[in-house]
Amino acid sequence: MYTDLMVSGFGGQGVLIAGRLLSYAAMRENKHVTFFPAYGPVMRGGEAYCTVVISTRLIGSPVVRNPLTVIVMNLPSLLSLEPRVKPGGLLIVNADLADRSHSRREDIKKIFVPANTIAEGIGSGRVASMVTLGAYIEATGAVTLQNAISCLDKIITEKHREFLHLDEEALNKGAEFVRAGHRLQDTGIR
Amino acid sequence: MIAVGEKVLMRGCEAMAEAAIRAGCRFYAGYPITPQSELAEYMARELPKYGGVFIQSESEIAAINMVLGASVTGTRAMTSSSSPGISLKQEGISYLAACELPAVIANFSRGGPGLGNIAPSDADYFQATKGGGHGDYRNIVLAPYSVQETVELTHLAFDLADRYRNPVLILCSGLIAQMMEPVEFMPFREEKEEKPWALRGARGRPSMVIKSLYLQDVELEGHDLKLQEKYKEIREKEVRVEAQHLEGAKLVVVAFGTAARVAASAVEEVREEGLPVGLIRPITLFPFPTDFIRKAAEGTDRFLVLELSGGQMVEDVELAVRGRVPVEFYGRMGGVVPSPEEYLTEIKKRL
Amino acid sequence: MKLVFDRPRSMKDKPMHFCPGCSHGIVHRLVAEAIDALGLRERTVAVAPVGCAVFMYEYMDFDVTEAPHGRSPAVATGIKRSRPDLFVFTYQGDGDIGAIGLAEIISAANRGENFSVVFVNNTVYGMTGGQMAPTTLLGQRTTTTPRGREAKTEGHPLKMAELISGLEAPYYVARVAVDSPAHIARARKAILRAFQIQVEEKGFSFVEVLGACPLNWGLSPAEAIKRVQEELIPCYPLEIFKDKEQAVM
Ligand SMILES: Cc1ncc(C[n+]2csc(CCOP(=O)(O)OP(=O)(O)O)c2C)c(N)n1
Ligand code: SF4
Ligand SMILES: [Mg+2]
Repeated sequence: MYTDLMVSGFGGQGVLIAGRLLSYAAMRENKHVTFFPAYGPVMRGGEAYCTVVISTRLIGSPVVRNPLTVIVMNLPSLLSLEPRVKPGGLLIVNADLADRSHSRREDIKKIFVPANTIAEGIGSGRVASMVTLGAYIEATGAVTLQNAISCLDKIITEKHREFLHLDEEALNKGAEFVRAGHRLQDTGIR
Repeated sequence: MIAVGEKVLMRGCEAMAEAAIRAGCRFYAGYPITPQSELAEYMARELPKYGGVFIQSESEIAAINMVLGASVTGTRAMTSSSSPGISLKQEGISYLAACELPAVIANFSRGGPGLGNIAPSDADYFQATKGGGHGDYRNIVLAPYSVQETVELTHLAFDLADRYRNPVLILCSGLIAQMMEPVEFMPFREEKEEKPWALRGARGRPSMVIKSLYLQDVELEGHDLKLQEKYKEIREKEVRVEAQHLEGAKLVVVAFGTAARVAASAVEEVREEGLPVGLIRPITLFPFPTDFIRKAAEGTDRFLVLELSGGQMVEDVELAVRGRVPVEFYGRMGGVVPSPEEYLTEIKKRL
Repeated sequence: MKLVFDRPRSMKDKPMHFCPGCSHGIVHRLVAEAIDALGLRERTVAVAPVGCAVFMYEYMDFDVTEAPHGRSPAVATGIKRSRPDLFVFTYQGDGDIGAIGLAEIISAANRGENFSVVFVNNTVYGMTGGQMAPTTLLGQRTTTTPRGREAKTEGHPLKMAELISGLEAPYYVARVAVDSPAHIARARKAILRAFQIQVEEKGFSFVEVLGACPLNWGLSPAEAIKRVQEELIPCYPLEIFKDKEQAVM
């Protein structure tokens, strides 16, 4: 089994947290995993992204030029990352901040999740990235949802503990959204 | 505190800091530079809890000299930086080597020359392995390729530094600094090493001096010969290398650090296709596995050296192979990290 | 009459190599005496400079380590911080402290490191043959200012004691000279005071000593002493610039 994922959005959208949660869950499932964040001045522009690679074998490169799966949390990310998705790969879009009219690719699978709307419905727009991660997990089965939820307390810092139940609900809601009609057969995971 | 055997997800440079503390490091001085400032931040937070000293120095020059001072007293000490900062440390490293003082120096190298960029690179191989500073000296150079190995080699670095009273460099690309991977830690080191050479005041013994100045040529040559003897012993005893699929390999790939992990992935794939490709991964860059590669040259048709540089380690491979079979090179520079597919193409081209 | 010259316990029984009339010999002796007086010999680790005083370890009978040119304050920081029980001082020249090692001394002083600095200002690079130092006087001819130092191109003499005393952290900063018995007595007191402050863990102490380099000044020892008195002291006033104890009294 091998899969990789890039998550991208504005700083503060929880992009890195989502990536780390997935990585932690993969580690708990005894898989090889690498988490590689953008670092340095690129972060100053308010852009944040990270790459997660999960495999049952040694991971060659934690850096991926053409990812199998991409989660984009905003329009700039959609514009820059959609062209890089591997043909046949999967693109998950936060439809609240990136309108589907900007999406061009026809050779990939796409899921448009109103992540902010769902997150605000739960009680906080801050957990939008968890909604998309829930969708990702449901669509790909990269890790189990239950496992991801159980890893939350390892990833969320003391300061944000009060949101833990929101994060959990967001993951569930994202997964439900996919289950309710967006289940994909071939997710490109090999 | 992280329990022994507990798996945690951690950035390479932070894992190195934790491992250093566990290996008995009680003094750290450094100056911020991307992509490894998190190591200093970790030390600032954690080291004082163990009675250790953290100093943010005014420069890399000051940092390496603070480490020199701490080492003079027999304290396990380290500094870390990235390429431009490591250039500034060269003066101090030469003095450490000359004074035979142990120290651990980590270089999470980035794209160069000059200010370059902050992307992962391994173009500081020459600087690390051939001296870097002035004079006839060598650093022991360790090159981890994963976060787990970074932890293991950090423990080894402190032990080797003390055993040989020599600076030990841990050389890895900035990718390993920033990448998070599952990692397990070793126990805290309990034993305290005897360091009769350390300066702690002339109480109950004659006064001692730590120095590198020998104005008489023959006297200095004597000191240099002693250092050369030591490097010879290091070459004999401390080579560490990993190899795969050398048996019957028509092509042998040689790579270290970040390039080696990408190469390992690529080699796995071509092996599955049944292609006769082997892999040699030097873990110690000094001492270099010269004999090992020389022997491998007897059983293969061709070498391919893969590096994140314009071609540095390839010179040592060529020296080892001595023209017996062709040694080819493929490198990416400027912080570009090649994909396994890219290496796959390069490997297949040469079969 | 028999001349009795008893060697401080902290000095080895070895003739010094300095030129006739060089101030390093006297300052070495004052340092050794202060260490004896405070009973520090067995817990001293000194940092020798790169400069004419590099051979300090040949003459001193306590532990000494070498440091790269100008880096002594960083090395001393490493020693003192890892072993606060040790008595640590640097011994530096004007090129060492005021040019190549300016960042290290200012930073260590500004951190208020608990070690002492003995700085011998002889207005030239002695060891390398008398080139201009940051402390070289205006108009002074050196091998690299053959027409004399000019303010317009080489700047003004660097007043280290004033500079250091301008920082918040340092506890004691003084400038002394060793040109006369009276001045030597004051220098002895200043060095003793500086060392005492470290022993009492009060922080950074700094003594600048105006010295002579007859060789590179092209003067006889007697003429060199005259130059210290007539040219150096007017430019570099002998003062206690800072003593936090005195300030509170
Ligand atoms: C990096 C470096 N640059 C230059 C030198 C050469 N050098 C040795 S001593 C010295 C100047 C010493 O002058 P000062 O500090 O005033 O000491 P003095 O000899 O006058 O006591 C210089 C430039 C060196 N050893 N290292
Ligand atoms: S050159 Fe100057 S400083 Fe050096 S020993 Fe001679 S007189 Fe002293
Ligand atoms: Mg001088």
